[in-house]
Amino acid sequence: MATYTGFFDMLGLRDWCDSEKKPSLLSLRNLKGEELAWYEFPFPSLDNLHSACNAIPQTRDMTAGLETGFLTVRPALRTVLDPLTQPLSWALDGALTLFTTTPWWALVPIICFLCYRVSRSASVTVLVAVFMAFFLFTDHYTYAMQTLAIIFVCTFICVVLGVPMGILMSKSDTTQRVVTPILDMLQTLPTFVYLIPLIFLFKITEPKLYGMAIILYAIVPVVRLTNLGIRLVDQSVIEAAHAYGLDSRQRLLGVEIPLALPNIMAGVNQTIMMSLAMVVIASLVSAPGLGTLVLDGINNLRLGVGFVAGFAIVLLAILLDRVSKAALDRINSAEAKLK
Amino acid sequence: MIETPQNVKSPHQPEIDRNVKISVRNLYKVFGDQPEAMIEFVRSGISKTELLEKYHHVLGLNDINIDMMDGEITVIMGLSGSGKSTLIRHLNRLIEPTAGEVILDGEDVLKLTETELREVRRKRMSMVFQKFALFPHRTVSENAALSLEVRGDDLGEQQSEAQYWLDRLGLSGFEDSYPYQLSGGMQQRVGIARALCAHSEVMLLDEAFSALDPIIRSQMQDLLLELQRELNKTIVFITHDLDEALKLADHLVILKDGYVIQQGEPQQILLHPSDPYIEQFVSDINRARVLRVRSVMKAYDGEVRPDAIMIDPDITLEQVIESVNGDTSKHFVVAQDDNPIGVLSMHEIMIAMVPRRASLDGLDP
Repeated sequence: MATYTGFFDMLGLRDWCDSEKKPSLLSLRNLKGEELAWYEFPFPSLDNLHSACNAIPQTRDMTAGLETGFLTVRPALRTVLDPLTQPLSWALDGALTLFTTTPWWALVPIICFLCYRVSRSASVTVLVAVFMAFFLFTDHYTYAMQTLAIIFVCTFICVVLGVPMGILMSKSDTTQRVVTPILDMLQTLPTFVYLIPLIFLFKITEPKLYGMAIILYAIVPVVRLTNLGIRLVDQSVIEAAHAYGLDSRQRLLGVEIPLALPNIMAGVNQTIMMSLAMVVIASLVSAPGLGTLVLDGINNLRLGVGFVAGFAIVLLAILLDRVSKAALDRINSAEAKLK
Repeated sequence: MIETPQNVKSPHQPEIDRNVKISVRNLYKVFGDQPEAMIEFVRSGISKTELLEKYHHVLGLNDINIDMMDGEITVIMGLSGSGKSTLIRHLNRLIEPTAGEVILDGEDVLKLTETELREVRRKRMSMVFQKFALFPHRTVSENAALSLEVRGDDLGEQQSEAQYWLDRLGLSGFEDSYPYQLSGGMQQRVGIARALCAHSEVMLLDEAFSALDPIIRSQMQDLLLELQRELNKTIVFITHDLDEALKLADHLVILKDGYVIQQGEPQQILLHPSDPYIEQFVSDINRARVLRVRSVMKAYDGEVRPDAIMIDPDITLEQVIESVNGDTSKHFVVAQDDNPIGVLSMHEIMIAMVPRRASLDGLDP
């Protein structure tokens, strides 16, 4: 029946092959219900060899092994990670409560005021006010605030963790060599894949589940750009700092960070945008907000609901981008003149 | 009698006993992966090219020995790639040497711990850079006060000190500007103010005026000489410009390919170049403007021509020629404090102005 049966018979391995009595799993191909076409000559893959010789493991055995392995270390991982990440749950819960229980007539002016303080731009502030009015008018306000709350918390944590990490990277080539591939992996891993191990690790009702997914995904640019920004600081200025006896703390706080600030802020802007992208996907694992409406639109074929929620997400993205860009421009224009 | 103009330096003031401030001893620097292993080859006399081709190491400095006197301007001159910038960075250890000693007031800078080195950099050595290297995000006054801030002096003191030096350097009114708002010359004056604010005994100037245009550069040189007359710091000045070197130097060190080919009193180097390389160098300059009466006069032997004109030993030949309107028949008596110390004729002046080869028979004792 199988292509390679004769091959094993010829080698006289039949007895060894049949010694393994474990029932076979469905092969990956059968799992997806695909049939072999008449013209195909099967490659001697694990699955194909297994069908000829039982003693050879299947590809599914490998994935199953991974599962078993992960499940074995899960309790240990949980004991470590659970208390460590618990503050994330508290922060997310707190922020969500704060953003949803503060009445709109207080929160919207506060947000507009904060946007003005950060951007120093009247037009950006007006834009924010108009978008807020849209959210309020179309009853998307609460959802939008939930999304915003999650983004605030996650971006804040990304900056708190990412900037020091970037600084460490910029100070040591070894650290950079070790961290860069990790960042590359975090950036290229499909967004859904973040969720798989996290679902195993945490209860799906816990906010830290989606919090972790968002932070892992969104922390990359702020780390990268902090590292880059510090490495790009004019070496002659650094040399002058050395020549006048600045110690490493004085150099970092007095010279490197101020001069790297435009790059760091560009990283923060990217981090905010990536948090927004992930918070929508994270609605699959119970993240509240606009993403749940999109999910509802997909699950129940409610085109209108999904579409309007999607539009609201776009507005939120524009809002976050404009405000953070305006802040960045403000720093840049102060700094660009310094070059 | 010709007045010595303000901007002409007089290196031959009555000799004060000078101490050696910085002494560089057998300093070597090899760039590459295994510099220590290369030192033996370098000591045994391998050439820079051979070291590069055979062992892929770059010879930066080769057995440098220089004594820099307290209160003098030591100028280190060389073309690009001669190692002069590398050398000055060894004095405050911005670059670590491969072998050798840098002794500051009897103490080897290279043996200092990191904290001690930082103290030296904060209080005893300040530096001015070719590209200014001001902190772009700080105001002029904050830049000037850098060393005081680093030391932790109180803010008011920092400001008044910075203000004093900025005023001295003609930057009043620019305290709150940012470096980018100033011209190159003004930025470098901020750089000098930053160095002066530190009150360090030693100032290192790395091609400090090379990025400036000729007129500004000349003004800055005068400014430096004027400040030096008053402050008497030990200045180490790097340049690739011989005119600048001759104008500023009390002690001139000429570097080529990482080793010292000649060092000494600049007028002596000009009159007695020890190497074809230096000859080539000095042949291009305006000797009348650089050479001083003292360097070319004949010793006083009791006889003075009755028509001799009295001149000062520290003026340049150019000034002498100008004072007699180029009359080649004149004779001079060189007098210091009204005591004749030498004689000179226009004929001898003419000979001195021809580069060394021709002047050998006519003038050398």
